[in-house]
Amino acid sequence: MEYFLELFFSGLTRGSIYALLALGYTMVYGIIALINFAHGEIYMIGAFTALIAASILALLGISGLSLLVLAGAIAVVYASSYGYTVEKIAYKPLRNAPRLSPLISAIGMSIFLQNYVLLAQTSDFVSFPQLIPDFEFMENYRSFMQPSDLVIISTTVVMMVLLTIFIKFTKIGKAMRATSQDKTMAMLSGVNVDRVISVTFITGSALAAVGGVLISSHVGQINFYIGFIAGLKAFTAAVLGGIGSIPGAVLGALILGCTESFAAGYISSDYEDVFAFGLLVLILIFRPSGLLGRKPSEKV
Amino acid sequence: MNRVIKETFNSLVVAVWFMFLTFPIMAVKVNTVEKVITWRLINVVYVGICAFVLSFFWHYLMKKRLKKKDDENTWQNLTALKLKQQKKLMPLLAAVVIAAAIAFPLVFSGYQVSVVTTALMYVVLGLGLNIEVGLAGLLDLGYVAFYAVGAYTYALLYHHFGISFWIALPLGAILAAIFGVLLGLPVLRLRGDYLAIVTLGFAEIIRLVLNNWSSFSMGPSGIADIAQPSVLGKTLTLKQSSDFLYYIMIVLVILTIFVVGRLRNSRIGRAWIAMREDETACRSMGINITRAKLTAFALGATWAGMMGCVFAAKTTFVNPASFTFWESIIILSIVVLGGMGSIAGVILGAFILILLPEYLQSISQIRMLIFGACMVLMMVFRPQGIISGIRQHYRWKENT
Repeated sequence: MEYFLELFFSGLTRGSIYALLALGYTMVYGIIALINFAHGEIYMIGAFTALIAASILALLGISGLSLLVLAGAIAVVYASSYGYTVEKIAYKPLRNAPRLSPLISAIGMSIFLQNYVLLAQTSDFVSFPQLIPDFEFMENYRSFMQPSDLVIISTTVVMMVLLTIFIKFTKIGKAMRATSQDKTMAMLSGVNVDRVISVTFITGSALAAVGGVLISSHVGQINFYIGFIAGLKAFTAAVLGGIGSIPGAVLGALILGCTESFAAGYISSDYEDVFAFGLLVLILIFRPSGLLGRKPSEKV
Repeated sequence: MNRVIKETFNSLVVAVWFMFLTFPIMAVKVNTVEKVITWRLINVVYVGICAFVLSFFWHYLMKKRLKKKDDENTWQNLTALKLKQQKKLMPLLAAVVIAAAIAFPLVFSGYQVSVVTTALMYVVLGLGLNIEVGLAGLLDLGYVAFYAVGAYTYALLYHHFGISFWIALPLGAILAAIFGVLLGLPVLRLRGDYLAIVTLGFAEIIRLVLNNWSSFSMGPSGIADIAQPSVLGKTLTLKQSSDFLYYIMIVLVILTIFVVGRLRNSRIGRAWIAMREDETACRSMGINITRAKLTAFALGATWAGMMGCVFAAKTTFVNPASFTFWESIIILSIVVLGGMGSIAGVILGAFILILLPEYLQSISQIRMLIFGACMVLMMVFRPQGIISGIRQHYRWKENT
């Protein structure tokens, strides 16, 4: 039972990180129908910025929970700025281009950002300081749940709630929903679509940075390539839940995280990805637009 | 004058923004083991200057792009016209190219021949994927799976039964086509990006199985000592066999161009293009969508299977690390960068994307950075690819 719980919580942790990343994919996809391949790189840049910020702040004598919050906040600011800039350079000029062109542009951006970090920093794995403090009240649950699991899962829940409030109740959130339903109509009703798209990228990147900082602290090391794999998985999760749907992305991410964790724990860690992708294929065969995705209307 | 000041101010803002953006990653380097922080503030100054200059270029090119957009359509017609005029010159041009291609290994070193052979392999892979993506509009992010199937077909058959390259080549092609249909069947109902992720997942599953099922595929250590193709049982020297492989590739490229060109204008090719444009409309015109999709997958995969065999023979070694998602991305980039649906574009794209990083190796430090930047710029300023595909026009001829 304890082993089961351990796997379950590690799956939830993994799923939470995928969820934070998958939201970025799904929001961008919902609005401009683009697979933002550079999203994983934003997450990686967030992690690197946090590492640098944390090292400087630690020299200044800051420690504990405030170090995590400060470093995380700096990472969020920088990741959002990168997300905003990437959109302006690589996607905005391509609004009316053929469908595959922004995809290739995104891949190019992903290669560029990876190599930018590789050249400016290093190609090796760097150890990441443990920013998440060791809570004492967790002593009794240590056998199946780490403090970082708790922090990651609860932060993700808070983020989800904030995001839901943001989208449901703010003016810009309303504009986002309108844009994702019908871009032209939203424009005609006076929505500044360019701004909505920018905000979407900024929000998505901020969530990715939060995920990047938390998981790096949990795992303990980063390199320039971490964004690629995580991005691929998060994108899979977004599609699993139905791309463009926000609750779908979270559901898909949690299912994917748990599947991987259980497959690795009970069967073999060599095959965890096989199970993840196998599950994706199976679900899409029976529900071609994902778990919670809307079926697109067919028009001629 | 006012405009100059305004543009200078804009560029200044851009420069400051980029200095802010690159500050932590460019200026600070942390050694987490010894807890030392190195400051490299000068880098940020360089970034600022570069951003300032580049921002001028960017604005200039953007303005030019806006102007060009107005006569986009006429431009496409122009290329069509130009190509029509060149039709007469085509046989001559083809003859010159083929002659140069045949003479190439006699003049250049083994290394050059090997590099160009690789580029030729990617031409065929690009043309194969072009059937799926460019013609049929099925976004396949897992094309490398078929490549792996072909490579492992030859590697395993040779390893266990000593079967020669010439028998493995058609077998690899057929097996890849079967895998194409196997992948195609479950995904018939999927569209666009759902299809993309399933193909990606399929390719990853194949790679992971090859990686982990050691008793079948020797796992990550791969299969070594695969024989290169031979002529009439003679053993060839290293240079001879690499030249021979080069000539095989030339023949295969010509074959591919011929077959894909014929396919495009055939009944099934036109069905693919119709399906790409609009599936529902296409179905209502009486085209069997199921068959069109499956043939697109099968015929696209065939070429990848063949190239897999050639790859195994060329490197004499296969392991799963050669068949990552990255490889699919490169092939897709060849198709899109070259120009979807256009044969000449794909050929050009393959040569650029394979030869450029190869010859930029002297500046290997930043070559991938440049490569990524080029991909973005290319798409921003020429989203339809280098040579855009030309649609067949039928013109009404009046009898006067």
